Amino acid sequence: MLELAADQGVSISEHSLDDSPLAIRGLTVSYGQKPAVFSVDMTVQTGAMTAIIGPNGAGKSTLLKAALGIVSPLSGKVTVYGKPLDQQRARIAYVPQRASVDWDFPTRVIDVVLMGLSRQLGLLGRIRARHMAQAMDCLNRVGMHDFADRQIGQLSGGQQQRVFLARALAQEADLYLLDEPFAGVDAATEKAIIAVLKSLKEAGKTVVVVHHDLATVTDYFDHVFLINTRKVAEGPVAEAFTAETLQSAYGGRLATAQIDQISRALG
Amino acid sequence: MSGEEFVPLSLTPLLIGTFAAIACALPGNFLVLRKQALIGDAISHVVLPGIVVAFILTGAISTWPMMLGAAGAAIVAVVMIEAIRRLGQIEPGAAMGVVFTTMFAGGVLLLEQTDTSTVHLDVEHALYGNLESLIWLDAVGWSSLVDLTALAGLPPELPRIAMTLVGVILFIWLFWRPLKISTFDEGFARTIGIRTGALGMALVITAAIAAVAAFDAVGSIIVIAMFICPPAAARMMANRLEAQIAWSVVFAIMSSVSGYVLAGYGPLWLGGSDAVSAAGMIATMSGLILACAAFRGPCRHRTGAPSAA
Repeated sequence: MLELAADQGVSISEHSLDDSPLAIRGLTVSYGQKPAVFSVDMTVQTGAMTAIIGPNGAGKSTLLKAALGIVSPLSGKVTVYGKPLDQQRARIAYVPQRASVDWDFPTRVIDVVLMGLSRQLGLLGRIRARHMAQAMDCLNRVGMHDFADRQIGQLSGGQQQRVFLARALAQEADLYLLDEPFAGVDAATEKAIIAVLKSLKEAGKTVVVVHHDLATVTDYFDHVFLINTRKVAEGPVAEAFTAETLQSAYGGRLATAQIDQISRALG
Repeated sequence: MSGEEFVPLSLTPLLIGTFAAIACALPGNFLVLRKQALIGDAISHVVLPGIVVAFILTGAISTWPMMLGAAGAAIVAVVMIEAIRRLGQIEPGAAMGVVFTTMFAGGVLLLEQTDTSTVHLDVEHALYGNLESLIWLDAVGWSSLVDLTALAGLPPELPRIAMTLVGVILFIWLFWRPLKISTFDEGFARTIGIRTGALGMALVITAAIAAVAAFDAVGSIIVIAMFICPPAAARMMANRLEAQIAWSVVFAIMSSVSGYVLAGYGPLWLGGSDAVSAAGMIATMSGLILACAAFRGPCRHRTGAPSAA
């Protein structure tokens, strides 16, 4: 962090206030009358892999979208590395839910990855050989380099998800936010994605994932954030991912048997 | 056909029809992909109150105030459609339906209540335009293209639609990358700092300006057809947006040229005596091209959306 602060010509004292990759305070989002996210605080740890978990409709995706300015919150404050989001967009990469876009869109795999370079390219900048090489390298990292010229509608769900991840890699961000990247993908894709995310973590990047599979939480993540409209728990997996917090987040919706299973997995 | 006959009688309607077709087909590509293709239809209805208001204010039928009124009404309509869509969180088709029927009805009421009954607001003119009458009487042949005095007699619709086309091309060229990204993935576009709301509005306003300029020259039937048919046919020819847009321009030109020629000579070839409406024939040709693309286009097969998780 010291180097980063120096890079930006900001004194350390200004930074030390709250230089978490993503800090959310008092965030409330509502679609219509009922709040989807209510007065949520979240502080993402630098270099951690954090899972946002909670039941369906608990506001997991909404939390992420509000943090990114995709939906407007009713109230609350979001800072990215201690600064307003608008000043830090270059440091963020976002992978939306796969089902949120029309995969019939007339574009090729490589074109989607190149979208990740658009901040670098600007409005009218030409795509040069080095940009293509960078995009191909990102496809390589997710094992999709043989599909560069395919129309995106011809891919399987898992392949589409990997293309989305490659686009995020092309952004060369410090903070990666992924919305349900493992939803409806094959086992090979899940493995490939988690390997990439772990390599990001090893490179000192911060990863936040909206996740739905409770069975894999302990294997994949080191931090969790439990939400059910309000924040339920936040912290390292060992502390915050317990039978009690799960019961509190899922209520009666999580079968006792499942909780037992998870408790056993937790030891 | 010799230059002496072709240049004064057919060159300008052909150019105007072609420019109008391209000016509508270009933004149509994005509108079709954004599932907002009906915006052309909506605009063709909402211009009525704009035209009536312009007439009430100026008291005369003259082109510029009426075009400004039409453009103003179109912009009010697209802003309202966007507002209803976003605030009401309903699909764009429904928002368009609400706005254009309301504004069209308002236009009818205004027309009835004010002293415009003596004015001849010709339905046929509004629908089919007046393409055949946009002739260039000052021209004597190809040499007139470099003759300044003859050029001064060009129908004013030609420079107007040409300027509109240049504006449309500039807009799409300048905002190509954000337009493409936000059409494909609006959420991602916002995270990289693209102001998707403003851009979407700029796109429909550009479409509205193209539509109004084209109505004036060629009538609403071509406008509605060109927003949808060439882009939809082009989508079945190509799997890249760049190629789709190129095909849509080719199809727009093919429709306008073949439609104009067939309208003028087709009935004669079939033994008839009268020509048919060029605008109607151009719209028909665009529909035929779409049908051909649907049956023979190389990219007409879709693998479909991925199954939900």
